[in-house]
Amino acid sequence: MTTSTPDAPPLSAPTSDGRVRLAAEGLRLAYDDRVVVEGLDLTLTDGSFTAIVGPNGCGKSTLLRALGRLLRPAAGRVLLDGRAIQRTPTRDVARALGLLPQTPVAPAGLTVADLVARGRHPHQSWLRQWSAEDEAVVAEALSWTDMGDLADRPVDELSGGQRQRAWISMALAQGTDLILLDEPTTYLDLSHQIDVLELVARLHAERGRTVVVVLHDLNLAARYAQRLVAMRDGVLVASGTPHEVLTEQLLADVFDLEARVVPDPVAGSPMVVPVRRLRR
Amino acid sequence: MTATVSTVRQTTPPEPGGRPAGRAVTLRLGPVSARFRWRAVVVPVVASAVVVVLGALSLGRGDYPIGVGDVLRTLAGAGEQGQRFIVLDLRAPRILVGVLVGAALGLAGALFQTFARNPLASPDVLGITQGASVGAVAAITLSGGSSAGELLGGLGVPLAALAGALGAGALLFTLAWRSGLDGFRLVLVGIALWSAGQALTDWLLTGAQIHDASAAYVWITGSLNARSWDQAEPLLLSLAVLVPLALAAGRVLGVLQFGDDTARGLGVRVARAQGAVVVVAVLLVATAVAAAGPIAFVALIVPQVAVRLTGGSRPPLLASALCGAALVTGADLLTRTVLPEALPVGILTAAVGAPYLLWLLVRGRRTPA
Ligand SMILES: Nc1ncnc2c1ncn2[C@@H]1O[C@H](COP(=O)(O)OP(=O)(O)OP(=O)(O)O)[C@@H](O)[C@H]1O
Ligand SMILES: [Mg+2]
Repeated sequence: MTTSTPDAPPLSAPTSDGRVRLAAEGLRLAYDDRVVVEGLDLTLTDGSFTAIVGPNGCGKSTLLRALGRLLRPAAGRVLLDGRAIQRTPTRDVARALGLLPQTPVAPAGLTVADLVARGRHPHQSWLRQWSAEDEAVVAEALSWTDMGDLADRPVDELSGGQRQRAWISMALAQGTDLILLDEPTTYLDLSHQIDVLELVARLHAERGRTVVVVLHDLNLAARYAQRLVAMRDGVLVASGTPHEVLTEQLLADVFDLEARVVPDPVAGSPMVVPVRRLRR
Repeated sequence: MTATVSTVRQTTPPEPGGRPAGRAVTLRLGPVSARFRWRAVVVPVVASAVVVVLGALSLGRGDYPIGVGDVLRTLAGAGEQGQRFIVLDLRAPRILVGVLVGAALGLAGALFQTFARNPLASPDVLGITQGASVGAVAAITLSGGSSAGELLGGLGVPLAALAGALGAGALLFTLAWRSGLDGFRLVLVGIALWSAGQALTDWLLTGAQIHDASAAYVWITGSLNARSWDQAEPLLLSLAVLVPLALAAGRVLGVLQFGDDTARGLGVRVARAQGAVVVVAVLLVATAVAAAGPIAFVALIVPQVAVRLTGGSRPPLLASALCGAALVTGADLLTRTVLPEALPVGILTAAVGAPYLLWLLVRGRRTPA
């Protein structure tokens, strides 16, 4: 299995008790008439850490948006804690599930502290605009993600890595125990990718969050996630532990890639060493 | 029940160009809680004071100057007949219309700019005030001509303007709506509507009698001349409903500023919220324009000035309303006193507004909306 980086959390930390938190049944997703995802079934159990991988344009973001109720399925349904998510009020969904889009935009001039505070929106009302709990949760989220010193800086003036941490901090402040992250490591250098993934892994290990993350780096996905889901052309091709999923055959089928799979010398997870691209 | 007020010192961001957030105050009383920035409280208070002072000055100034003491006496219910007539029936409604129109335009601009995430998205640019112009000019120039003209003339200029603005708003909404409103698309559709409206207005003017055309021109510039309680009362009533609705949208606007996915993820029903904001903003503009004509640039500039005064990432609603009121009241006072001839107030706001907009564009790398 996974997550045994040098200072990684113990493997036993958040064992899932098998309760299904989020499920997709016979999902068909389309933009207007163009079907992007077809016949997809997926279950995510409580306390699991899943990475979705697949080539560009295969429908990962689309799937994530449907799981987060941002996109209405053309057919099939998404169940959140056993209840059809389309029939669950937007606000209830926002209290149960947080989603970080692939390229979130913060308005110019918005400070980190304000961004993170916006994460409390689903818990606030006209009368209850800034409760003691809101204040405590936001302060905690800021310090937990190490953003305390940058709290008063405008988000649009941060580096890519700092910005990503700010958004993760906001997702944390939202206080949901289900968190969906769409490519939180894009644009980051390797050390910042590790930094962000460590943060996500701690969210899972120390906070018991159920995490789904879309990743392009297969080696990092295999290292951090307990479970990989591989997609191609809107179809779920394989799902299981990194060892089960990351095989040379699968890399050829899903990524058109000839590759060797060797054990990661640090974590022991499967590591992909590309050879060349296969012509289809 | 315990009430706590605490202030949190927020340091000024070290980066140049970042707007300091300033001190925040938290208020808690039982289940009720809120948080403000000091500057977001101070700016509206100062703007209100400015409006009161300008309004009081305005009551005394004009062709028949009246002393401050007499103005106060008249307001208190005393004073001589002639002064009562000048202060209460001629000047007070005119000043009140100026205050309300300025507030409505400032507020509408702030609503549009925030949810469209675009500082250009103001009712002037989006063709809504242009729609009002088409209605008004048609009512002025066509009455007595065709049967449609009779109908418009019968409506009267304010109602025709109201209808024009609402029509343009409805068109804008329908054409820009695609299972939600995209700010960029809104601006593009708005500019198209604006040019169509401009062409229609020009066409109406070229075919008009000369005295009709000059009356229409004065209306198009936006003027407070000869405004009476007939304009002030309906305006006051509609703003009494619309302003609270707009202010109530403030909390949701803070989330609509983000992309649709983020906003929805935070539990906001984006399409419904956007629809509600547009309807309130269009109604604000329509009632304002029906009362005073399209006073140029107020809705475009005031929110951008207000956000620079209060700091933060989006135009503040209350401060925009009050700064709008101050701008129009001040411009009206200037046109009535300092400037040689009684100019329509819209000419002054445009004269101030255009250079200011250029300055913003030249200087600004930051355009919060
Ligand atoms: N808003 C949209 N309207 C129409 N088509 C879309 C839209 N968003 C995505 N698509 C299409 O749907 C398909 C899947 O897109 P999606 O964003 O889900 O891919 P992805 O797997 O996340 O890709 P990437 O790895 O590049 O992020 C693509 O072919 C894309 O062109
Ligand atoms: Mg994607």
